[in-house]
Amino acid sequence: MITSPGLNLEQYWQILPPDWPGGFLWHWLVFTIIIIVFVLLLVMGYIWLERRGMGRMQARLGPNRLGPFGLLQPVADAVKVLIKEDLVPTNADKVVHLLAPIVAFTPTLMIFAVVPFQNGALLADLNIGILYVVAISSVSTVGVFMAGWGSNNKYSLLGAMRNVAAVVSYEIPLVLSIIGVVLIAGSLSLNQIVLAQDIPFILLQPLGFLLFFIAGCAEINRSPFDLMEADSELVAGFHTEYSGMKFALFYLVEYAEALAIASIITTLFLGGWRGPLLPPWLWFVIKVIIVFFVMVWTRSTLPRVRIDQLMALAWKFLLPLALINLLITGIQVLAWPDALPWGVIFLNFAIAVVLVLLWSKLFKLGWGRVEV
Amino acid sequence: MKFERYGIGIAKGLTVTIRHLFRHPITTQYPEQRLNISRRTRGNELIWDRNNCTGCATCAKTCPQGVIHVVTAAKIDENKYEVEKFEVDTGYCISCGLCVEACPFDALFMGYAYELAKYRRGELVQTNEMLFASEERRRSAYMHPELADELPRQTLLLERNTEE
Repeated sequence: MITSPGLNLEQYWQILPPDWPGGFLWHWLVFTIIIIVFVLLLVMGYIWLERRGMGRMQARLGPNRLGPFGLLQPVADAVKVLIKEDLVPTNADKVVHLLAPIVAFTPTLMIFAVVPFQNGALLADLNIGILYVVAISSVSTVGVFMAGWGSNNKYSLLGAMRNVAAVVSYEIPLVLSIIGVVLIAGSLSLNQIVLAQDIPFILLQPLGFLLFFIAGCAEINRSPFDLMEADSELVAGFHTEYSGMKFALFYLVEYAEALAIASIITTLFLGGWRGPLLPPWLWFVIKVIIVFFVMVWTRSTLPRVRIDQLMALAWKFLLPLALINLLITGIQVLAWPDALPWGVIFLNFAIAVVLVLLWSKLFKLGWGRVEV
Repeated sequence: MKFERYGIGIAKGLTVTIRHLFRHPITTQYPEQRLNISRRTRGNELIWDRNNCTGCATCAKTCPQGVIHVVTAAKIDENKYEVEKFEVDTGYCISCGLCVEACPFDALFMGYAYELAKYRRGELVQTNEMLFASEERRRSAYMHPELADELPRQTLLLERNTEE
């Protein structure tokens, strides 16, 4: 138990959560450790799932030598990459080159501060939780851009520029599809949003879910939107010049971002930690893994889009649909706040299908001269 | 109305990948699992039958690489040649099989084995006894289809059942 002799104890106890002996510091310490362990463990799980799952989808086996079913492969990768030489290019901007992975990693880790693992089990139950997530998640782009700039390499810079362009574009449909959920839940706090989901919001907001999933995948640069590290075009994109520990951090960021997006999708659309029988945190982990599996699935299926297709998809497809989705959700929340859920669910699915079909028909690249 | 443009193509692709997830992977994990190669393979070694060999050195003449080296001595009392040295530098052998095809007395065969990498270049030069057939050095049915029954049937990827 941590006591603070200099503080007025009466005053101190009042701001503490009553169920946490020792108070806020304990809370902070425990949840920081939980978050770091959660992120590291699940990132390793993700790497394993991605390599094995994608291998099986391509009729390969994937890494299966180390440990049962190759479970220790991420550990071996980590050890291997940590003992490698840390190279810095001669003409690189040394400080920026060094800081970039840290700037990229920190905001990614900070997202998990507001993600509830159980009812009330989160580092900080901010009443503006989802706004905080939106604000903090795009900061890691700065780190990526620093990496691209600091490497003094044209491929790195190209990759970083693409990433910035993608994030700036996809932030808008991402946020607009979040607002639909916030309208229904009536709160920005992630814990409150989970508590409001008697029906998972994926049923009430199918179009919003689709938009958020696509925009989220683009935001964290997963295939088919992995333009910033397009191996066949840009060597390795923004982390071409990175090796050793710094590269490991970027690798970690990639999967930690996927984990963050999966956590937010789970929290906003899939009912977060809510579920029958199993303990809530286990439900949360299961849902997060399922969301990531869908990401792996789409990655192994779809080829990479071109940069103009990427931009067109954001501005001509996702943005108008997100606005229409917002309008429809607003009308529904205002007009039939207590409507039968199943009627609304059916209506929303019908609207989603019709809108997607309609917009696919209208979708044109380059003033319609080039057809998709 | 082509449905490929309305997301059906993506759905089809997703079903293909998910079906692959539940089918058997085609990977052969080589040192532990191996496929049977073709029974008529030209493996990378030669098998020499001393009893049939007359030392005519037709093989040495056809060899495009000049790899085969035959030394004979006249055996007057039996009215034939005796092969003193039959030497193949398998390091230069291109496994073309011309020597096997040329041999008029069925004394040369292609080998069935294929894992014959050596650590020293000198070990690649094989002489007399090293070229005999044995349990490990089986004869391939190349140019000798009558030998095919001794060898296991070739396994293809589809027929093979591997476990992880």
